Amino acid sequence: MWDYTEKVMDHFRNPRNVGEVEEPDGVGEVGSLACGDALRLTFKLDDQARIRDARFKTFGCASAIASSSALTEMVKGLTLDEASIITNQDIAKYLGDLPEEKMHCSVMGKEALDAAIAYYRGKSVEVEPSDIVCKCFGITGKEIDRIARENNLAALEQVTHYTKAGGGCRTCHPEIQRILDRILEDRREPAAAAPAPAGRRLTNIQKMKLIEETLEKQIRPNLKKDGGDIDLIDIDGNKVYVGFRGLCSFCPSSEFTLKNYVEKTLKEFVTNEIEVEEVTP
Amino acid sequence: MRTIYFDNNATTQVAREVLEEMLPYFHDLYGNPSSMHSFGGQVQDKIQEGREKVALLLGAHPDEIVFTSCGTESDNAAVRGALEMVPEKRHFVTTRVEHPAIWNLCPYLRKKGYRVTELSVDRKGRLDMDEVRASVTEDTAIVSVMMANNETGVLFPVEEIARIARSRGITFHTDAVQAPGKIPLDMSRSAIDLLSLSGHKLHAPKGIGVLYVRKGTRWSPFLIGGHQEQGRRGGTENVPSIIGLGKAAELALKHLGEETTKIRSLRDRLEKGLLDRVPSTLINGDPDHRLPNTCSLSFEYVEGESILMMLNDHGICASSGSACTSGSLEPSHVLRAMGVPFTAAHGSIRFSLSISNTQEEVDYVIEHLPPIIERLRGISPFWKDFKEGKRISLGGRA
Repeated sequence: MWDYTEKVMDHFRNPRNVGEVEEPDGVGEVGSLACGDALRLTFKLDDQARIRDARFKTFGCASAIASSSALTEMVKGLTLDEASIITNQDIAKYLGDLPEEKMHCSVMGKEALDAAIAYYRGKSVEVEPSDIVCKCFGITGKEIDRIARENNLAALEQVTHYTKAGGGCRTCHPEIQRILDRILEDRREPAAAAPAPAGRRLTNIQKMKLIEETLEKQIRPNLKKDGGDIDLIDIDGNKVYVGFRGLCSFCPSSEFTLKNYVEKTLKEFVTNEIEVEEVTP
Repeated sequence: MRTIYFDNNATTQVAREVLEEMLPYFHDLYGNPSSMHSFGGQVQDKIQEGREKVALLLGAHPDEIVFTSCGTESDNAAVRGALEMVPEKRHFVTTRVEHPAIWNLCPYLRKKGYRVTELSVDRKGRLDMDEVRASVTEDTAIVSVMMANNETGVLFPVEEIARIARSRGITFHTDAVQAPGKIPLDMSRSAIDLLSLSGHKLHAPKGIGVLYVRKGTRWSPFLIGGHQEQGRRGGTENVPSIIGLGKAAELALKHLGEETTKIRSLRDRLEKGLLDRVPSTLINGDPDHRLPNTCSLSFEYVEGESILMMLNDHGICASSGSACTSGSLEPSHVLRAMGVPFTAAHGSIRFSLSISNTQEEVDYVIEHLPPIIERLRGISPFWKDFKEGKRISLGGRA
């Protein structure tokens, strides 16, 4: 029998927010009957562009239902930017962890959320049939690559636990292994924008360059998606002064974005000591 | 909380009489049956008594009974021991719905260079006898077909297949783990050469099995060691369990009538009660040719693990062929081989009854299961679509 936490069992026995919101702003559907689990997530925004209501319908096991229920609780009250940085690990953590074999349930939640946000933004998540690696579960190479990197996976078995890929006929195992080998290779030679290793010492010039690069490549493109922008004003030691531009400058949740997205990202990619402050014009 | 145990194809409760029969042989009468003193010798006598009782259940001669450690060992010993005797033959015939103890031998034997035929089954889990006849060749070393399927209870015409094999000079084995005590067995009028049993499926303890080896069968031992079991299975005997199994065999024979009357009618009551109350429910397996104690149902548009967890909250024990319950990602190979549609394969639940179940327990399940299915269907995104006649995408990701 699975070793589910009390929290998982609580969300399974008493799932929160079951159903579909009327006239939804976002709809995300992932999974299928054939795969054995599927989730339809719908949400409605309030006039402040925050998620007012989120509801789910799920076909699947106890941890699939619990992950969906947890997800709807987690996103309520967030802007789409704030919601979009929720990871599958966050969902698992919220539930006090999931058995590794069941991590794909948290991934399904994350994917439904991404799909629902993309739906709201008028984008559809397109899948090139040629990119499908696991034909049994319809998982693309890109998905495997992304989820393996995000969850720091190293073994083929883990990829199956997290994405289901390779859990059917197994003919794709060599291809999944090639993807993993590539990722392991990348981990050995960290690229410029790779996460900062703990205790890394940077010279001032290196640090400034890395801050600029992270803002440019990682942070700005994401803010622009919602019509916002950010400028680097100054750097003083580990203090980074920035100014929000565009829609971000009026956004009531800009402080949340500042700490939970901008600072978090810079800490991840530059150094853990970074502190970000907003300079208002 | 009370426990309602409807999972007897997984394991059974050791019968009180069986336990009492075993107890003296743990502490007081601990002698080695092979010893040359009467302290051990009395144990040997008791083992022989157990062997005779098992032989009686099977309609076999006591010398044809080899005690093993479990059903899986019996299956492996049967197939591998028979293959070893005819090294020039390189073909193995079995079915796509065997228990893993046989089924997982298929890839192993392929790797060893054997040709393996896995016979298909139809939507009701039945074999095609023409396919069976066409499958055996000059090169076939052994045919192994289970007597009754553990998931659906479907019975296979093993006697007919055994005769086909015998007429071609091929050894025939059957995994009969689910059968004893549920259907009558008589090896004296049978063409079966090798047959596997497991103690814990018939109210004896776990860790004891039987391989029946017909006299004159070409077969070589699997576990090499001492002279125990007439040199056919080395290793000091599991004395208490053999004695327990003997008692269990005696009880199984005694209760055979009840199995086919009382248990069958309880199973039918359960099945009908659920089919009447839960729409979109399918029976898995041929309803006319199955074990009297087994009922496999699929509840469409819901997933088996969720059903089991909610049944568990009511103290009801059952099992499922869904992907999630096994830790694998696909529904059971048995349901897939039968071509059970995906709408139903993930929502399969197996109830397997035993002599100790009561009508009150059956009615308790009939009362508590329908609201569980209704609740889960309320959460399922497919149920509403299905009810509204919308097309449901089944394959791939959305």
